[in-house]
Amino acid sequence: MSEETLTLMTWLIPAGPLLVFFIITLFTNRNRTLSWTLAWAGVIASLVLSWTVVANMVGLDVHELAHHPVQYASSIDWLPFGPCPPQEGGNCTLWLDMGVAVDALTAIMLFMVPLAVFMIFVYSVGYHNYGQPRGMIKGVPNHGQEDPLFSRFFALMSLFAGAMLVLVVADNLLLLFVGWEIMGFCSYALIGFWYARDYHLQPGDIPHIPPRQAARKAFMTTRIADVVMLLGIVLFYRSFGTLNFNEAFTLHGFEHAIAGIGLGGIALMPLLLFTGTVGKSAQWPLHAWLPDAMEGPTPVSATIHAAAMVSAGIYMLLRIFPLVAVSLENNPEVGWIIAGIGAFTALMAATIAVAQNDVKGVLAYSTISQLGFMIAAIGVGGYIAAAFHLITHAFFKALLFLSSGSVIHGMEHGAMHVHDHHTDPQDMRYMGGLRHKMPVTFWAFLIGGMALSGLPFITAGFWSKDEIFAHAYHEFTHGNPLGLVVLVMLGLAAFLTAFYTTRQLAMTFAGKPRTPLAEHAHESNKFMTVPLVILAFFAIVLGWLGIPDHFLGQDLGQINFVHHFVLTTIEEPMIELHEAGLTPIDVHEEITWSWVPLITSLVVALGGIGAGWLVYGRKPLQKEQPDPLIRAFGPLHTFLNRKWYWDELYHVLFYRPTVWFSETFASEWVDKGVVDGTLHAIANIVYAIGRYCKRFEEVVISGGVDKIKDGFLYFARESRLLQSGRIQEYVLYSGLIAVALAFMMLFVSIYGGMEWLRGLF
Amino acid sequence: MEFPFLSIIALSPIVTAVIILLLPKERGENARMLALAAMILGLLLSLYVYFSYNAALPPADALWGDTLAYLEEYAWIPSVGINYIVGVDGLSATLVLLTSIVGLGGVLISWSIDDRPREFFAFFMLLVAGVQGVFVAVDAFLLFFFYELAVLPMYVMIVIWGWKQTREYAAMKLTLYLLIGSFVSFIAFLVLYFQLPQPTFDLRVWAEANFPFDTQMVTFLPLFFGFAVLAGTFPFHNWSPDGHVAAPTAVSMIHAGVLMKLGAYASMRVGIQILPEGAVYWMPFVILLTLINVVYGSLIAMRQRDMKYLIGYSSVSHMGLVAMGFATLNLKGYTGAGVQMVSHGVMTALFFSVVGMIYDRAHTRDMDQLSGMNKVLSWGAVAFVIGGLVSMGMPGLSGFIAEFPIFVGLWEGNGINFSGAFGLNPGNYYRWIAIISVPAIVITAGYILRAVGSVFFGEYDAEKWHDMRPILPIDKLTLAMFVAILVIIGVYPQIIVPMVESGMTPVIHRLNEAQQAMTILDTVQAGASNLLLWLGGA
Repeated sequence: MSEETLTLMTWLIPAGPLLVFFIITLFTNRNRTLSWTLAWAGVIASLVLSWTVVANMVGLDVHELAHHPVQYASSIDWLPFGPCPPQEGGNCTLWLDMGVAVDALTAIMLFMVPLAVFMIFVYSVGYHNYGQPRGMIKGVPNHGQEDPLFSRFFALMSLFAGAMLVLVVADNLLLLFVGWEIMGFCSYALIGFWYARDYHLQPGDIPHIPPRQAARKAFMTTRIADVVMLLGIVLFYRSFGTLNFNEAFTLHGFEHAIAGIGLGGIALMPLLLFTGTVGKSAQWPLHAWLPDAMEGPTPVSATIHAAAMVSAGIYMLLRIFPLVAVSLENNPEVGWIIAGIGAFTALMAATIAVAQNDVKGVLAYSTISQLGFMIAAIGVGGYIAAAFHLITHAFFKALLFLSSGSVIHGMEHGAMHVHDHHTDPQDMRYMGGLRHKMPVTFWAFLIGGMALSGLPFITAGFWSKDEIFAHAYHEFTHGNPLGLVVLVMLGLAAFLTAFYTTRQLAMTFAGKPRTPLAEHAHESNKFMTVPLVILAFFAIVLGWLGIPDHFLGQDLGQINFVHHFVLTTIEEPMIELHEAGLTPIDVHEEITWSWVPLITSLVVALGGIGAGWLVYGRKPLQKEQPDPLIRAFGPLHTFLNRKWYWDELYHVLFYRPTVWFSETFASEWVDKGVVDGTLHAIANIVYAIGRYCKRFEEVVISGGVDKIKDGFLYFARESRLLQSGRIQEYVLYSGLIAVALAFMMLFVSIYGGMEWLRGLF
Repeated sequence: MEFPFLSIIALSPIVTAVIILLLPKERGENARMLALAAMILGLLLSLYVYFSYNAALPPADALWGDTLAYLEEYAWIPSVGINYIVGVDGLSATLVLLTSIVGLGGVLISWSIDDRPREFFAFFMLLVAGVQGVFVAVDAFLLFFFYELAVLPMYVMIVIWGWKQTREYAAMKLTLYLLIGSFVSFIAFLVLYFQLPQPTFDLRVWAEANFPFDTQMVTFLPLFFGFAVLAGTFPFHNWSPDGHVAAPTAVSMIHAGVLMKLGAYASMRVGIQILPEGAVYWMPFVILLTLINVVYGSLIAMRQRDMKYLIGYSSVSHMGLVAMGFATLNLKGYTGAGVQMVSHGVMTALFFSVVGMIYDRAHTRDMDQLSGMNKVLSWGAVAFVIGGLVSMGMPGLSGFIAEFPIFVGLWEGNGINFSGAFGLNPGNYYRWIAIISVPAIVITAGYILRAVGSVFFGEYDAEKWHDMRPILPIDKLTLAMFVAILVIIGVYPQIIVPMVESGMTPVIHRLNEAQQAMTILDTVQAGASNLLLWLGGA
């Protein structure tokens, strides 16, 4: 296929879903069948286009690709941005461009995103009970009969998918930001999808906030990060003079930027942009929105957690990796901040996940934790490892979410059957024994869970996590203490991951049903189970594309496809930068194979699964039996169950002071007090002066003028007919007279009547 | 003689007002047809002016006088240098178009007004004429004349058709603020007038005048602030939210939509363009006030219960961004400010029309009482959400096209190195202004989402809201028009940015000359290699 065709196809990748959004919103929102068919069509179009592009990319020779990492690039002028600088002639216009480009990193995203999104779309049709009576089943929007919410769901999901694809193919920071923000809005609209829902919680229930609050929280939190990121973009433009990644990230580009703002300014940039990632990918301290985002429908959670949104944060950080790499040379604290936040979040979220009872809540914290793995990897320079884990995680997390949605669906069916609308169908304490009720879901969940735990050699999660450990260990052996910190913290987090995943599997599927809901649960329909099977396939085999070349110390040739392919994205610029002494990272350095990281991954994965099995699997929980961890850990368990009390802390630290500052300080004291107070004081003074003048006038002057006044009174009585007593007419007449006078003067002056007028006087 | 486009745009509403008043009282409903006809005529003419100007933009190095098109020049009082001169540059052509659009929207939204419609539409026409007149005036006296013409109908309309609880107070406050402001400007202007070798009110002459630095320094603040009062600059912003709340819907739309831009426009065209050295000297100080505007306006908006107060304070915050753009002293900031004027004008007009629709039906604007309005006013809800996204600077909508250049300009302003008023050097703190003003965008998101969440979402109580009429087609048309503009600018900024830029370029030339006269330009930031040292400005 020709270069031009492929470029055009790259432009068209996001077009399908975006177009579908408008078509559904404007035209087909009353027709459910047409709406989901269109949504499928849009995403299938993206899928076909993307995979064609990806296939062409993979077909290229790796060495060739390293010399020309960017393929199928084209761009158009978008925003005029002032005249050219004087040294370039000055007589042209600078533009901010909108453009697309594909490199290896884009390609692996283009492989993952449309596929995961399509699976989610297929699943959604079943999840929203297509073809069943409306308003009858819990989980269906309860807004009466005629609401076009089903169509709205697919419209917004299409927009979401389109925005993510825009972000992926963007060749510049600005277009990336466009996709980024549209996704932010979509997440707001979709998390708050059931906007009229309210909860009436009983003690002992899992605490929930209503969807519309969760939506606002998600949007606000990510927004805080986004404006900081916007500053980063501004600084980026100021230093590189462009927002295009490939123009900026060259040796020349960096030299220009360093000459402009210095290495200190360069080091600030990745931190500002990284803040955007912290918000979007839900890292501490901006992680609190993601668990609450579970209030949206489960396909939305899957989209946010796997295909789009949180992946976007990591993807952006990978995009600006050369910037991080250059910062590390002079400001190693940048690496400490990024890796530190990642590793801390990974560990913290894993501890919280251990004590959650909401089946989606566990998965939410596991996402936060796994994203921490990727960010920690980037902080120690593990570009490939992070990208690899991003892709494998997307597949097994999508699988896990969709499976959990299937479980919830089954439980809701049970709830309908026994007419129990008080028991929370998402609470794992009320499940149990679903293995036999929902076999397909069980196997899918099991495969996803094992991939998440990193079950050795088989699952994708093992290989990508192992790559992160290997990289961190490599850094440590090459004199970077940060490597050890990351290795230890991520090792602990991985152990907990395996543990809580096993706990979740056991609580959900093992033993006997603990409530009538679980008793009457049944397998979901084909729309929902087929995507599970497909995703489960990828959750296993993808890992085999990333087996290290020197696994177990043997030379296995170039079997690590992911490594060699993705590396081409940054290989050439990074080598140049390294040779110029601008970055400590040498991408050609071989990672010597070592037993230490392998044993670490084996021990934490198997140890975690084993420990989980001992506590929860060997003797499954009985009805009404409390979690064994509660007795073992006591207050610590409560602390973890309440999510380290971050929400409460933020309320006291940020929310309340802001409210005080705006309500009391700014509004009451300054605005009403000082500003208006001054104004009113001046008014009073003027008024008082007026009163004295009036007194003076009454006593001194009026007395003498009374006679004249009488004369005027007579005149006024005569001319009363002119007066209607309506103030507005007075003002209007006087205004009109003024206008008429102006006109007259104009008229007079135009026609030279001034001379005539002068002659008159 | 050319066809007098601008005179017709500016004066036809006055003629319409007269005709409306001549109508017999019982034929009052014809007033709205006349008003609509006048507004459509104005819109068509301003569209023509806009696009024909856009087709042949002046070269970047043209003097301001040469960028003017559709000039009409008649002697008026030649002995004192007062003439009737109208003309448009890129910026004012844009603002004329904005005024026509918002004016048309105002007439459509007031379609069903039944309290003295004759007078209402007559005053509304005068208001529109005043605003259009300021944008097209090239003679300073004419500018002041139209400026007053715009203020007086505001007073009457608020007092008669306004919200009963606060209308007298608000109308008085508004009128006094604005009249005193323009009075102060006028005096400063007269002081300068007598220093001209050849006294004239022709702004083209003024735009090339070079006053001594001392004079500029003394007269800049009164000249600039007299107009900036109308743009709601802190601490002279308080008339604006009160005025918005008390005014009837159409007046609020004109008020926030274009009247505040009139202040910004005049303070730039008269204040900064005439006194560039004064501007360069004082703007590093003014930016501190605009920073207060931006952050503090949004903070106060956050605690409001009344939707109109919320939008009123958000206008204070957003107009602060316009003034902040002016304070960057470079083209990007100015272009951003110009686009922000348009974007904010359409956006607030949209907000106020939605609030008006809600108030007409629910008879309250209290956000704590309203809920579930999405159910009956879904068009309003969608429009409000889109307006909200504009106000929080969502890329793909017009707000971003305005805010992004302002922030880039602010960061670029960091490269200016001289000592302004009170020894303030932009090179030391402009980047911090950017950093501090950015949370305002977050707060904006906060109050917009709160309004959307509590007014449109939540449960709908059919018992409580018994007076819910369905939304009229004419209302839908208005909302669709506003939304379309916001989206078009956001997706295809080329339609407006070069236009605004061409209007701003002459001012930038003046400012650059002034800076060169005053200081050595240092466009390269000092580059410390360590992050912390760099942030400290070392």
